[in-house]
Amino acid sequence: MHEEPGGPDGSFEERLKAARGRRGLDDPETPKGFNPHGVESSPMGIGLRVGIELVAALVVAVAIGYALDWLFGTKPILTVVFVPVGGAAGVWNVWRVFAPKSGQG
Amino acid sequence: MAAEGHSSIDPLSQFKLAPVFGPLGGTLHFSNASLMMLVASVLTLLLIWVGMSPRAMIPGRLQSAAEMAYETVMTLCVEQIGHEGKKFFPFVFTLFFFILFGNLMGVFPLFFTFTSHIAVTLALSLFVFGLVTFVALKEHGLHFFSYFVPKGVPVVLLPLMVVIEVISYLSRIISLSVRLFANMMAGHVMLEVFAGFVVMLGTAGGIYLLPAGLSLGVNVILIGFELLVASLQAYVFAILTCIYLHDAVHLH
Repeated sequence: MHEEPGGPDGSFEERLKAARGRRGLDDPETPKGFNPHGVESSPMGIGLRVGIELVAALVVAVAIGYALDWLFGTKPILTVVFVPVGGAAGVWNVWRVFAPKSGQG
Repeated sequence: MAAEGHSSIDPLSQFKLAPVFGPLGGTLHFSNASLMMLVASVLTLLLIWVGMSPRAMIPGRLQSAAEMAYETVMTLCVEQIGHEGKKFFPFVFTLFFFILFGNLMGVFPLFFTFTSHIAVTLALSLFVFGLVTFVALKEHGLHFFSYFVPKGVPVVLLPLMVVIEVISYLSRIISLSVRLFANMMAGHVMLEVFAGFVVMLGTAGGIYLLPAGLSLGVNVILIGFELLVASLQAYVFAILTCIYLHDAVHLH
């Protein structure tokens, strides 16, 4: 005899699951609006996230460059060097957020 | 018409800090933001204390809320950090509920949103950053610095990549704090702007009553949206803290 999941021969877990399914107690869909890794999935959330990641890296880079300039007295040079590096770091941040999950790192 | 005095919208005045409790508060620099932080902490404690005091087998509403709060944050920690996450549960729980109550209280009239101040969110994110770095150093010692050396990169590019990695690591402070601050501030500015429209157009009367009503409708929707943003941003802050802690513990 072919046993269905809710049949008398299934394990307790299976029968419980089938019973809960019949009563609609297990909500099948995951919570909308966010997923565990990407955190936000609404278009505005994604946009805001990307923007903040880009700008944050740039701000940090400019701050570092400016501080080093002030330290060594090389006024514009290190700031100029760090700005593109900061931009790259921002892109790297964004890539890390939205990279396909298999090739993480 | 009569709105000569308040015919301009000043959406930023709602974020002004002012000392509370008269001269004593002035001397201590105890502002309305500090008061709201205290209220948020007390509300969190009340939720847990009052909610869990019946210790009923079949929980009532408040006990359900308290248990759900515990379980949500616990799952968050264990799922994101791994089973070491239980150690960080108190920290993440405190952080989550402090921010959640701060955000939610801001939606009510006469309350002050302390999370709309960059000073507050920056302090929070600096604390998170400090903790994450401390945990990473404690768990891995000097091996922690290998986190900044990506694998499979040509040696020529390595110095550049290390700098980029360090900047990217430091930018967490900014992105974590600015995200919360910007979301809360933008929402409240929008609310105030539309509320200003209602008052200005409403007092103008006549044909202007139609756009005034529309603005009121927008404000109603915005309040609902604010409730969503308030919980979502608290959740985002907590989950990002967990992700950073995961990186610190596992150092992939």
